[in-house]
Amino acid sequence: MTATTPPAAVASVGADLFAGAIEAQAVTVERVDWRPPMDGTADDLATVATDPLRRDANRRAVEAMLAVQGNLVDVAPASEVLGLEPGQFLHAGPPIAWDRTSGPLQGALLGAAALEGLVGDPEDARALFESGSSVSLDPCHHHSAVGPMAGVVSPSMWMFVIEDSESGRRTYCSLNEGLGKVLRYGAYSPEVLERLRWMSAVLGPLLRDAVRSTGPVDVTGILTQMLQMGDEAHNRNRAGTLMLLRDLAPAMVDVGHAAKDVAESLRFIGGNDHFFLNLAMPACKLALDAARDIEGSTMVVAMARNGTDFGIQVSGTGDAWFTGPAQLADGLFLGDYGPDDANPDIGDSAITETAGIGGFSMATAPAIVRFVGGSVPDALATTRRMHEITLAKNPRWTIPVLEFEGAPTGIDVSAVCRTGILPQINTGMAGKLAGVGQVGAGLVTPPAEIFPKALAALAHRVRSRA
Amino acid sequence: MTVSHVEIRSGAYADSVTLLQVSREVAGAPGVTAAQVAMATPLNLEVLERMGFEIPPCSPNDMVVALSLESEDHLSSALAAVATALSATSRRSEAGEAVVPPRTTRSALARAGADLALVSVPGANAAVEAMDALDAGHDVMVFSDNVPVEQEVALKRIAADRDLLVMGPDCGTAMVGGLGLGFANVVEPGAVGIVAASGTGCQQLMCLLSAAGVGVGAALGVGGRDLSTAVGGLSTRQALRRLDADPAIERIVVVSKPPAPEVARALEEYAATLATPVDFALLGQGQPDLTNATEKVLSTLGRPVPTWPTWGTVTRTARPGYLRGFFVGGTLCDEAMLLAAERLGPIRSNIPLSAELALDESMTADAHLMIDFGDDGMTQGRAHPMIDPTLRLEHLARAATDPSTSVVLLDVVLGHGAESDPAAGLAPAIAALDVPVVVACVGTEHDPQILSTQAAALAEAGAEVHLSNARAAARAVALVEEATR
Repeated sequence: MTATTPPAAVASVGADLFAGAIEAQAVTVERVDWRPPMDGTADDLATVATDPLRRDANRRAVEAMLAVQGNLVDVAPASEVLGLEPGQFLHAGPPIAWDRTSGPLQGALLGAAALEGLVGDPEDARALFESGSSVSLDPCHHHSAVGPMAGVVSPSMWMFVIEDSESGRRTYCSLNEGLGKVLRYGAYSPEVLERLRWMSAVLGPLLRDAVRSTGPVDVTGILTQMLQMGDEAHNRNRAGTLMLLRDLAPAMVDVGHAAKDVAESLRFIGGNDHFFLNLAMPACKLALDAARDIEGSTMVVAMARNGTDFGIQVSGTGDAWFTGPAQLADGLFLGDYGPDDANPDIGDSAITETAGIGGFSMATAPAIVRFVGGSVPDALATTRRMHEITLAKNPRWTIPVLEFEGAPTGIDVSAVCRTGILPQINTGMAGKLAGVGQVGAGLVTPPAEIFPKALAALAHRVRSRA
Repeated sequence: MTVSHVEIRSGAYADSVTLLQVSREVAGAPGVTAAQVAMATPLNLEVLERMGFEIPPCSPNDMVVALSLESEDHLSSALAAVATALSATSRRSEAGEAVVPPRTTRSALARAGADLALVSVPGANAAVEAMDALDAGHDVMVFSDNVPVEQEVALKRIAADRDLLVMGPDCGTAMVGGLGLGFANVVEPGAVGIVAASGTGCQQLMCLLSAAGVGVGAALGVGGRDLSTAVGGLSTRQALRRLDADPAIERIVVVSKPPAPEVARALEEYAATLATPVDFALLGQGQPDLTNATEKVLSTLGRPVPTWPTWGTVTRTARPGYLRGFFVGGTLCDEAMLLAAERLGPIRSNIPLSAELALDESMTADAHLMIDFGDDGMTQGRAHPMIDPTLRLEHLARAATDPSTSVVLLDVVLGHGAESDPAAGLAPAIAALDVPVVVACVGTEHDPQILSTQAAALAEAGAEVHLSNARAAARAVALVEEATR
């Protein structure tokens, strides 16, 4: 632009008077609906904004993330692929000790202890976890894994293995059990454990043989198609599940397992609309992990909840978790459950929102907006609002109803603090008592204070670098 | 017996100029004796407390609605007036639409295909918005003042690395390709390019050139601190480079408040390396005033120097006492002080020529004094005096009752962004004074307020009006000298 050519249009932020004065001179003005940033963040925001590393760091983070191609390459027990030993348990969310765990996480741990044969009756496992001598808890995220809801993984559970074809990096997620009374929602009744045993004995080996026989399944590609078919890949995975079934069914039939087992497995997957969620999640983690550890980047690389705390990790701050209290979701309840029955937000599944789908791509899944008594315009507005706090648009994951605009990608800690707009997460709700299972589904946001915390850490790094 | 009503509205926000309008409208509602709707910044809280309101604990991000009512009966109608006034200023889209307004400069730039950003948010938040423009590869004008100087330097370093221009912070005026930004006068296009570390200095220069029939191709503001030691002329260099590269610009003028001498020297050396001739109009002791500098530019261009226009003439008699200068333009205030100090001696001010002349918080002194109401210290939490004349009118009223006032000197700055009819508020105040009033009225006939209309109204009220601030100041000084002799 030269000094003597007029601007094509002007973005005006602040006093409306000046925007009006520009319009009075017949030049287009786009007004920013500016509000003060979150309390106490002004200095840190300025420090981070003027960090000479930030712009390129964020560009690299976004590029790295978008370049990842996630393929389902194997299915195998956690003991094999994660090296889990008896007594080792993984869970969703940031690190937590037993004495602070919520009901659903406790329920899932009790059930998993029984599944592993550490105790006969799940209730007997309480003493094990209280003493802590022969058991250990660790976040899935610390083992390249993610788990929905309680996210409990024990050695005998079978895992999807997702691999980036370029780098060979891998991420892992357990197989989805379905809805209702299931371990990940904190249920541990005999039927729950029986289903898990069948999954390890029948479903896992069959899927392993089918995947090995049919070759890698392009999970990132299925996600691309799902978003065109009404799935946002968090609370709606119907199209994705059926596409996976389409890709695996021939091999499942072909690999020589008993016809009864094959039929039961096909029925199980086809009857569980959320089966694909456990592939969407590790695919999202695989992409986001590529964006980790870029000095100066303000991009969120993980959002996860353990039922007590909500935590985020940020590219430019290494492995640090910034945590605050997990919130209660706002939504619809199953049967006669109500808000008093719900546990605060839980699960690693917010990795989908972190990657730009789930609640961020709500516009593409109008079928589920009624979870919160919302409307289709609400869904469109939600996705548009998420663009205000994200760094990029995903060129692969596009949303037809928004003129194929790319999904809002790469949550910017600074933008969240500036606008006060919190990431919108679609979620299931677990009962707050161990053993209850799912009580509903709805929408939730992170606790606002974790973003200023992360921003302060970023600003501290900028200052100590200077 | 009046009734107070105070409520804190968390999460509500509007800019200070808008809230000023809202407060005025609500204050005019039936049964309302006083009203202040403001963000709860420390400065606004002070104002509210001075008005007699008790404010519960709140954060600067909360909106305070404070009403003083004749009786409780008026509360609901007053609150309705607040709601009406606030909603009238809101530009939100209709409810139910899935449109989400841009919440950051980055978002607004991308949506409109804009290639320039104008930032006028509070100073503590300005650098962040400005960086959005630099990140998107665009120039930015930062009107906001009170931006920490280290943030200014950081912004300008990044801009220089990317060959972009940061106009500001504290940049009141710019004109890019004929588009006036901030407070800007409407002038004919021409071959003169201005680089200005002074908003009102730039406006004075443009208006004088305009009166002399010389047009301006571009006026790039750089912010009042650009020629300080801390900033080192980073934006001035960038603006000079930009103008030098522009084939439409044949002559460049750099105008600044008193600069750091070593920065001025370095810039003069840099300017000598450019293909386009550069004139410097840098205010300072022993330096030419802006009118003289303009005359010099005219003569290098081979253009005749006109008789600078005036309207009205002083008819009141000055009494012995002190000169009172009340300015909205910092550079105009500086220029007047430099001129007056030579003949009247020390001038007390909130932007003093030397530290020992600083005014205390009372902003009064038994001495010659000049106040810049546009200074950072006076604008925290309130709108610029070119938009909100309240504070200056209060000081004028005080000067009217002060027997030590000899002569009053004022500036009035016209153009886009400024009050739509400043003379309407000033004329009664001028008429109420019984001492000579000299006004510098900086504007053009093309300005929305129309120079001749405003000047005539001020002259009608009893003022002597000059287009040249230097001439107005010299006239006021002469009147004080005559009365004191």
